[in-house]
Amino acid sequence: MNKPLPNSYRQGPDSQGRFGQFGGRFVAETLMPLILEVEQAYEAAKRDPSFDAEWRRLLTHYVGRPSPLWFAERLTSHLGGAKVYFKRDELNHTGAHKINAVLGQILLAKRMGKTRIIAETGAGQHGVATATVCALFDLPCTVFMGATDVERQQPNVFRMKLLGAEVMPVTSGAATLKDAMNEALRYWVANVEDTYYCIGTVAGPHPYPVMVRDFQSVIGEEAKQQMMTAEGRLPDALVAAIGGGSNAMGLFYPFLDDAAVQMYGVEAAGHGVETEQHAASLTKGRPGVLHGNRTYLLQDADGQITEAHSISAGLDYPGVGPEHSWLHELGRVQYVSATDDEALAAFQLCSKLEGIIPALEPAHALAHVIRMAPTLPKDAIVLMNLCGRGDKDIFTVAKHLGVEM
Amino acid sequence: MSRIAAKFAALKAEGRGALVTYLQGFDPDRETSLALLRGLPEAGADLLEVGVPFTDPMADGPSIQRAAQRALKVGATLPGVLELVRAFRAGDDTTPVILMGYYNPILAYGVDRFCTDAAAAGVDGLIVVDVPPEEAGEIEPQAKAAGLDLIRLVAPTTDDARLPRVLAATSGFVYYVSITGITGTRSATAASLEEAVPRIRKHTDLPVAIGFGIRTPQQAGEAARLADGAVVGTALVDTLAASLDEEGKARPETVGLVLEQVRALAGAVRGR
Repeated sequence: MNKPLPNSYRQGPDSQGRFGQFGGRFVAETLMPLILEVEQAYEAAKRDPSFDAEWRRLLTHYVGRPSPLWFAERLTSHLGGAKVYFKRDELNHTGAHKINAVLGQILLAKRMGKTRIIAETGAGQHGVATATVCALFDLPCTVFMGATDVERQQPNVFRMKLLGAEVMPVTSGAATLKDAMNEALRYWVANVEDTYYCIGTVAGPHPYPVMVRDFQSVIGEEAKQQMMTAEGRLPDALVAAIGGGSNAMGLFYPFLDDAAVQMYGVEAAGHGVETEQHAASLTKGRPGVLHGNRTYLLQDADGQITEAHSISAGLDYPGVGPEHSWLHELGRVQYVSATDDEALAAFQLCSKLEGIIPALEPAHALAHVIRMAPTLPKDAIVLMNLCGRGDKDIFTVAKHLGVEM
Repeated sequence: MSRIAAKFAALKAEGRGALVTYLQGFDPDRETSLALLRGLPEAGADLLEVGVPFTDPMADGPSIQRAAQRALKVGATLPGVLELVRAFRAGDDTTPVILMGYYNPILAYGVDRFCTDAAAAGVDGLIVVDVPPEEAGEIEPQAKAAGLDLIRLVAPTTDDARLPRVLAATSGFVYYVSITGITGTRSATAASLEEAVPRIRKHTDLPVAIGFGIRTPQQAGEAARLADGAVVGTALVDTLAASLDEEGKARPETVGLVLEQVRALAGAVRGR
């Protein structure tokens, strides 16, 4: 390799919010002062032990952390290769990893004196987590959600409303996650004085990618300790699904400098990466600028953003967090993909063998585990982030399996 | 002297502010778009902003979002917009043309080559909405080398501490975004503008144009008197959109209706 490798993969981003060439702050001037204010507030909060203490208290007593590390014994013997472990973030309150970063961000918003919260959501998991924490802290909450996603994630839409949030269906573009994020940014520009934008993934303008990663790193930190207790050593490979990439970044980050640990980020291949119907930004996209950061994007030759497709609403995004783009170019993390059909098969297998109905997002990660584990020796260890539970997806899955409900 | 500087100097001598119009390139098709550009100076537009269509216009309201969708549907691209400017320039060597848009199409084109080609096509300035001064290194050197002005937005949220930094990265004129919000959604009060413009003038000798939320001749007239120019975009795009047929195609009266509105705006800016 000609590229000099960094001494540590854990030093980014720089003061401009860059991971190598990726990241940055590509926002309109109206938002820029606010972005800088969020950055300052986050830096101050990080130095304040009481901020961390309050966040951790909520993680323990409200979310139910640490989430268990589960040896998936039946799946392991079915696959006949490496030992497969699940980091069970689907057991968190609200059923996914999203709440880890939402709690951190809402505590930050309160420190900043913001009195309204907005969020974008794809599958609805981040929207539900945000609506939940806003209920807890008595803050008005508006969630922007693509109209297509409102349709395919009805249970989560109802949950958000029960929790007191307002759900704003977004009809522009393909009416999915990208469009929800556009609309949330537009709303924020018009309401900068009192509103905090709680972003659900490790993307957006600096400091969001680093901030969400820091909060989600609780996943990898716990997993590292739990794996030492269970096996006395670190795993050989980590596997996580990638939409924007927050659950993957949270699992990977604490392990980045452990050279023996291989890492696999699994993008959604939709109908196949050889078709036009996928969401594999790293596999098939190229660097560009969208939603405040430079990163790999699905786009045409003229720089117009193309629509992503995935059976999983949470992965249906034409971009990816900038730190993933950087790790991809450095080769530290291998980015692979799984199709809708592979995810559906994994979804069913996990339900039957482990008694765990996974969300369609981690079902993509599991699809890669299913491919990979049999090729590894029996003493190898694979750790997968089971970042969400599948209750929200049963209607989608039933439809694809031709089952009337 | 650049076309932009020459125009503002000439208007200063005339004792009036500028009418700056915004229309999206290729909305609703190339021919109508070119006919509009050609008709605008005669109708009273002093500077022309040409929007570059983008799939994800983060700072734009529904009207301009739909304009971008119409333009993209008929195959608008950044090279296509440059060609449009070249065609306009063949018949008009004095009216300044400013391209306004988002960064990704420029990145896809190649920043160096884009700045060179834009200048050669007759573009005078660029407004790249999602490249704030913090990211100026991305395009400023190339724009400067090609002789293109980089016009920056100043917002109500741009405080006094930040203002000098933004203005230092600006050339041509300053675009004051008069509201915290996206294009075409609401209007600033005269009182807030009366406060904002002197605040900017304290820090710069560049002309100041006010945009976002200026819809009526009266508003345009006030803004052009208070500052050095008024930018009208969404109101024109709305007129254009309302004139289209059911399939979103131009009708024979489309160009005339938009230019008629420009004449009314120009009249107010000229104090008539």
